[in-house]
Amino acid sequence: MSKVYINSVACISAQKTFDNSTFLDEVIAHDSNVISVVSPNYKEFIPPAAARRMAKGIKMGVVASKLALQEAGLENVDAIITGTGMGCVVDSEKFLSKLIDNNEEYLTPTSFVQSTHNTVGGQIALAIQCKGYNFTYVHCSTSFESAVIDAKLQLENNEEENILVGGVDESGEHTIKVHSLINHIKSENVKSSELLKSNTVGAVFSEGASFFVLSNKKQNTSYAEIADTQTFNTLPKKALEKTALDFLKENNLELSEVDVVILGNNGDIDFDNYYDVLSSGIFKNTQQVYYKHLSGEHNTVSGFGFWLASNLLKRQEIPEIVKLNQKDISTIKTVLIYNQYRGENHSFSLLRKC
Amino acid sequence: MDALKEELKNKIIEQLNLEDVTVDEIADNDPLFGEGLGLDSIDALELIVMLDKDYGIKLSDPKEGKKIFESVETMASYISENSSK
Repeated sequence: MSKVYINSVACISAQKTFDNSTFLDEVIAHDSNVISVVSPNYKEFIPPAAARRMAKGIKMGVVASKLALQEAGLENVDAIITGTGMGCVVDSEKFLSKLIDNNEEYLTPTSFVQSTHNTVGGQIALAIQCKGYNFTYVHCSTSFESAVIDAKLQLENNEEENILVGGVDESGEHTIKVHSLINHIKSENVKSSELLKSNTVGAVFSEGASFFVLSNKKQNTSYAEIADTQTFNTLPKKALEKTALDFLKENNLELSEVDVVILGNNGDIDFDNYYDVLSSGIFKNTQQVYYKHLSGEHNTVSGFGFWLASNLLKRQEIPEIVKLNQKDISTIKTVLIYNQYRGENHSFSLLRKC
Repeated sequence: MDALKEELKNKIIEQLNLEDVTVDEIADNDPLFGEGLGLDSIDALELIVMLDKDYGIKLSDPKEGKKIFESVETMASYISENSSK
């Protein structure tokens, strides 16, 4: 079985992460309950004729994928695998609103055509003329990990050599309204630096796109090796520690060999206790890192976690802004990422220095 | 008629999201499809719905559309002769 490497990364988020020459050098301090991405200049990457029909999510996906290809030194890939929790909600909302407002008459094609979950994968394929395998996973907060698992299996078995894998979710006005009504979004504005002290229900919602070129051919510039990714639709709190230990055991790792654990704490008082089980339990003496105070929460935000892990391993530095505790580490060799959303759709991913 | 042409230009820009185009840049006789504004078949569908919704004109014959959507000038003439609103 071949190993799987992350050969390039591209992340569009609520921070200026799309520029790989920097690594959280300047951090934007948000003070809100819904945050937007820092956008690159989309016009530099997408021709105006194509861009005029694209909502933000599609633009983010297409540009992040182009940046990932650029960094990997590739013009095309063998396959494109995308994860999205909500798909193209902006166009879905537009189409459905028109349906209601116009009493099911006068429906136009553009927003309908662009509203499907696999629009981003399709637009990327059109942009780079990739006629290979193209698949989109829609599994809530494990959508991105599902895409990674698919790519990993194909690369391990040498079915493909380079696969573009990514996660993308955009904010839609109506979707935000609905999630606010059911308290999935915090009712109050929260400062990024105080997210974990908020003691309130809900998360700070956001949007973003993270794309990676995964390959079974290591380059001098590769970021990391993806050793394993596993997802769990349901996982009770009492089973968390054992599941984490079993996951490490399957990868021939002792607890002490995990140099950094990246946790998906989002400041929701009802569900951060899942992370607390690990951070105050078996990973008490491990360097802990968090990131959703920088990125906000959305269904494929674990792509930001992958982006962060990749950079930690390649650069061998941990920005102070993401540290949950202070431990001395000489070399970062192994990073474990754990994520869940509202107590469901858990994922463990293991990245190694390469 | 001039007011209608101005209105149509604004609607075309807005409905088809022609971000970088201004009303002044669309001449009355510029071809809308192909070399002119470069609109395509999806845009044609958007324009057909616009005629129906905003001017009460239902197009049933696609051949008819080719002539009507030739330019802003042809659209305005057709609308002023056939609009039910």
